[in-house]
Amino acid sequence: MRHIISLLLENEPGALSRVVGLFSQRNYNIESLTVAPTEDPTLSRLTLTTVGHDEVIEQITKNLNKLIEVVKLVNLSESAHIERELMLVKVKATGAQRAEIKRTADIFRGQIVDVTSSVYTVQLAGTSDKLDSFIQAIGTASILEVVRSGVTGIARGDKTLTI
Amino acid sequence: MIVRFLRDEGVKYIYGYPGGAVDVLHDALFKEKAIEHILVRHEQAATHMADGYARATGKAGVVLVTSGPGATNAITGIATAYMDSIPMVVLSGQVPSTMVGTDAFQETDMVGISRPIVKHSFIVKHPAEIPEVLKKAFHIAESGRPGPVVVDIPKDMTNPSDKFEYVYPKKVKLRSYGPAVRGHSGQIRKAAEMLLAAKRPVLYSGGGVIMGNASAPLTELARMLNLPVTNTLMGLGGYPGSDRQFLGMLGMHGSYTANLTMHHADVILAVGARFDDRVINGAPKFCPNAKIIHIDIDPASISKTIKADVPIVGPVDSVLTEMVAILKEIGEKPNPEALASWWKQIEEWRGSRGLFPYDKGDGSIIKPQTAVETLYEVTRGDAFVASDVGQHQMFAAQYYKFDKPNRWLNSGGLGTMGFGLPAAMGAKLNFPDVDVACVTGEGSIQMNIQELSTCLQYGLPVKIVNLNNGALGMVRQWQDMVYSGRHSHSYMESLPDFIKLAEAYGHVGMRITELKDLKPMMEEAFALKDRLVFLDIQVDVSEHVYPMQIRDGSMRDMWLSKTERT
Repeated sequence: MRHIISLLLENEPGALSRVVGLFSQRNYNIESLTVAPTEDPTLSRLTLTTVGHDEVIEQITKNLNKLIEVVKLVNLSESAHIERELMLVKVKATGAQRAEIKRTADIFRGQIVDVTSSVYTVQLAGTSDKLDSFIQAIGTASILEVVRSGVTGIARGDKTLTI
Repeated sequence: MIVRFLRDEGVKYIYGYPGGAVDVLHDALFKEKAIEHILVRHEQAATHMADGYARATGKAGVVLVTSGPGATNAITGIATAYMDSIPMVVLSGQVPSTMVGTDAFQETDMVGISRPIVKHSFIVKHPAEIPEVLKKAFHIAESGRPGPVVVDIPKDMTNPSDKFEYVYPKKVKLRSYGPAVRGHSGQIRKAAEMLLAAKRPVLYSGGGVIMGNASAPLTELARMLNLPVTNTLMGLGGYPGSDRQFLGMLGMHGSYTANLTMHHADVILAVGARFDDRVINGAPKFCPNAKIIHIDIDPASISKTIKADVPIVGPVDSVLTEMVAILKEIGEKPNPEALASWWKQIEEWRGSRGLFPYDKGDGSIIKPQTAVETLYEVTRGDAFVASDVGQHQMFAAQYYKFDKPNRWLNSGGLGTMGFGLPAAMGAKLNFPDVDVACVTGEGSIQMNIQELSTCLQYGLPVKIVNLNNGALGMVRQWQDMVYSGRHSHSYMESLPDFIKLAEAYGHVGMRITELKDLKPMMEEAFALKDRLVFLDIQVDVSEHVYPMQIRDGSMRDMWLSKTERT
């Protein structure tokens, strides 16, 4: 099963390499990874998605917690949460395609953020599934380039991941 | 500043080797009388010496190496300490921070190279932070589940002309690190009740009991409930080895009695042990009828390979002490009839030939097992015994009965050949009045034999017990058993004359070839209190280590000799 693990990490050089190293060292998967400083400049928030049996996920969270620079950790998938991924897609847009792409982008609540005579760049945010569906709807044949941010997320309701 | 901190931290010995990136530190050490720097002959040995010291005392050993090759040579020793959870602080020099990343002379990314084999690591970014970084390093190395910590120090951080205020930091603050200080009382009570209700209990304890300083409460608990006890390779000495309740080591080369007791147990109390693959044999077949109570300081050790029914995260000494108190409060004893019939069964397994019976032969050739038994007699079971890795290591673990913790120094997890001699040196340096033996083989000893020179320089009269069978014994054993007797690259042609070699290094060498000479010559060697003696003992090359568990089987599936199996 896919899990979204979110952690607060000391914003120090080398901290990220320990997280990434742990996954290769212990033969765990990382599907996506996002990281950026938080409102507290001493902390980074890192969100990763991984796939594995419950026992493996338990070991992943335990071993992440063991890293000295990991301040706090939550497995978002264990309770109600909001997940988002940002995607920028560059698509061929000529002739009749231009209107079709605009319509599809609207349906997915995407925005066209850059335009040339032959290319649209669409910005889209949502769950990973939604982004996959958009790509399917547009058709890979007309896609020139895809950039995805990887998943980030936050718990629903009062729960927060703070120190 | 670094040297001042080490002095204030109470460090007596540093094991190291000089070089360009740390010459300022060696210069500072020249003037510091409270700390002695031990100059090894290879950086790997510095880490093993610090490791031997840590295993013998429970405190972090300190290593000082230069950048580049000095740092990379230390890697094997750091990995050895990491696998066995041994506290160690490794100070590695680094090229000046302005040159980091330029492929400068003797530059290597030490923090990167060591990352998977350290508990944590630091790079000093500013000289003013040195005391705090070092305090954190010692704290992390020694607390919780111990481990090695690397502190990488660019040369410009130690420029003697830069002056900074120095205050010894008494306390350390780390918001993201806080190992458990006590176990969950509800879980401890549940475990105590389970033990009282058990009909076939067994106590299985590991290295965590040694490093967690818990052998006293462990022994009290075992005696209170009349539990059979087995130790892992790392846990030997955690419970008195000569005691009736002790069943010997368990696992791949564990005793028939210990492995069968585990297999048939209904409750296993695992303390500071990690269900290693060399202990459990095939995980799916492991102890089918047992409920498992697992006490460990490291939550990641629990339910890693074998699911625990009652997990308890906490320091083993405080958890066991609390468990003893709870049992006293409950005031009950386990069912005496059930326990009596369990012990009757165990005694049948133990039989009359001892825990590790072997064929003593006709006396025409020395058996390696006999050599270890003789060492046990000669040292009255009271020596520090360091070992290398291979058959001799298993024989030492099987036949030397450790009654005290911290006396058995061996590389259990990583299995590092070359560990024994420097580890023995680390123990001898800190316990000059206790006998220290290095049980080794002609293969392993050659992996750090250059340290004979260090022994002469610092007067370290360890006794080297070289079980010389002229072959890489454990490799050969597997070749006999698994590879149809093809002895591929497991024999040692052109071995040196170890007697002349010992003498060349300024020590005493003795060769023992006859069984009748074994005990008297060993006694003679140990009587030479202030001399290093290299005992080169010619032993039977055809001996195998038994029992030996059969791969992917259960705990009880073992070869007992070349022809018998369970």
